[in-house]
Parts: sequence; structure tokens; C-alpha cells
Amino acid sequence: MSSPYVESYAVDGTELVSIGEASTKIKSVLKMLGIPSDLIRRAAVVAYEAEMNLVIHGGGGEMELEVWPECIKISAVDTGPGIPDIGKAMTEGFSTAPEKIREMGFGAGMGLPNIKRNSDGFELLSEVGKGTTLRSEILLQKT
Amino acid sequence: MKLSKIREILQAEVLVGEGLLDSIEVDAGYASDLMSDVLAFASPGVLLLTGLTNIQIFRTAQMLDLQTIIFVRGKMPGEDLLQLAREVEMPILVSAMSMFEAAGRLYTGGLSPRAISRN
Ligand SMILES: Nc1ncnc2c1ncn2[C@@H]1O[C@H](COP(=O)(O)OP(=O)(O)OP(=O)(O)O)[C@@H](O)[C@H]1O
Ligand SMILES: [Mg+2]
Repeated sequence: MSSPYVESYAVDGTELVSIGEASTKIKSVLKMLGIPSDLIRRAAVVAYEAEMNLVIHGGGGEMELEVWPECIKISAVDTGPGIPDIGKAMTEGFSTAPEKIREMGFGAGMGLPNIKRNSDGFELLSEVGKGTTLRSEILLQKT
Repeated sequence: MKLSKIREILQAEVLVGEGLLDSIEVDAGYASDLMSDVLAFASPGVLLLTGLTNIQIFRTAQMLDLQTIIFVRGKMPGEDLLQLAREVEMPILVSAMSMFEAAGRLYTGGLSPRAISRN
């Protein structure tokens, strides 16, 4: 098994205007690697929603992209407040996003379900007071 | 439908991409001020009608490979958004029409909705 292509990105939790910079880089790396465009698009949605949550809810953190011959893995890790009830957070429509985020057109509680829908593998781990880790996997070759 | 035709229908001003209007074809549109919905429902290649102008509108469109953003209600985006759009040559237009009127005119003019697919 060959080793993956790996890149990681520090995501600043204070700058709302820079949300999407890491995802934009992830998208262009995948393009450069010649990944099919429908899969790039799914990965871009996953990355962008995850990056948004990292900044808006997690106080910033780190994103990582791994590209294996058989799959793309995207993770977002923060040491923020954590999620008290994962089941609730995964429910479409549930959101604790502040007013200023809603004014920007986000905070409808659609992000996590959208990430899951665009992933072939999905994992959300969280501990209150410790932080949150989201992992998504998108298969490159359907078996 | 060519973007130049869309510009005419919406009596829109072109903020980025004047030279691209005759070379870009769009056949479907999505209208919303809720980017959470755009991210969940808009298909690639559509044009986005919206009345919000913050920089995340551009990033959302870019992530989804949307063709063009048309700001309605005469809403003007900031220079930072226009700069990013210039870099990737994404046309940006602004129309004084309401979202309802803009969507209605484009629909009547031949642009279609896309079936809402949850990817
Ligand atoms: N990294 C995180 N740290 C803490 N809480 C989180 C994190 N990610 C998500 N949450 C919680 O889960 C809720 C649902 O997240 P989701 O992404 O589905 O919706 P949203 O971010 O509120 O709105 P949208 O994604 O539609 O803009 C959030 O409102 C927040 O309470
Ligand atoms: Mg979210």
C-alpha cells in the first residue's frame, strides 16, 4: 500500500472573513491531483461545512487532508467547547449559531447532515470542555 | 442561455467578467439568501441569485462550482469579494430587481430550476 498525500491547515477561530481559505486550498490540491470533479465537489462541501463549524462553534483548530489511492479523508479537529448531544447536533434544523452568523446566511443547522450526506464514511467525536473531531471519508473507487 | 442575455433580462450591471458574458452558458438557477440551503441543494453550474453580499457568498459559490453570482435588490458586494471573483474569473452581476422578480423573469425567459437533489 502506498503512502497518502497529506496536507494540514491551521484554521484561525477569530477571523470570520477567512472561513473557506483552507477549503479553497483543499479543493485546488484535489484538482491538481486529478480527482474527478463530482468527488472534488463533495469533498469541497465537506471541507467548507467542517471549516465553518471549526470557526463558528469550535474556536478554530486544524484541518487535514489525506489522499489515498482508494479514498479522500478530511478531518477537522478543535479544542473548543465540545458538543453535549451529538444526536441533536446531527438533526437537521438544530443550531446554536449566533445571530451574526445567521445574518451571513448560515446557521440553519444543515451543515453536519450535509457533511454526512456527502461522505461515504463519517465520524463525529466530541467531549464537552475538551473539543470536537470530525472525520469524513470519500471513496475514490466504488467497490 | 448566454449570460449576456441574462444580463439583458435583469437589466443588470456587470461588476466582474464583462468580457465573459458571451462565452458562458447557464441553463439553471437557484435563488436563496440561505447559504446553508445553497450548500445542501444547489447543483453545479447553476447561477446563484441572492441578496446577501458578504464574502462567504463568494466562497460558497466557489466551493460548489456555481457559474455566476447575481446580487438582487441592488445589493453591492464589497471590493474584497470582487477581487476574489476576478482572480477566478467568476462573473458578478447586480440587478435592482427583487429576488422574486429576477427569478420570475429568468424562469419565463427560459432558465430552468434543477430538481432539488440531496446529492
Ligand atoms: N466543532 C464544533 N464544536 C462545538 N459545537 C459544534 C461543532 N460543530 C457543530 N457543533 C454544534 O452542532 C450544531 C449543528 O451544526 P451544523 O453544522 O449542522 O449547523 P450550524 O453550523 O449551526 O448551521 P449551518 O451549518 O447550517 O450553517 C451547531 O449549531 C453547534 O451547536
Ligand atoms: Mg455548520
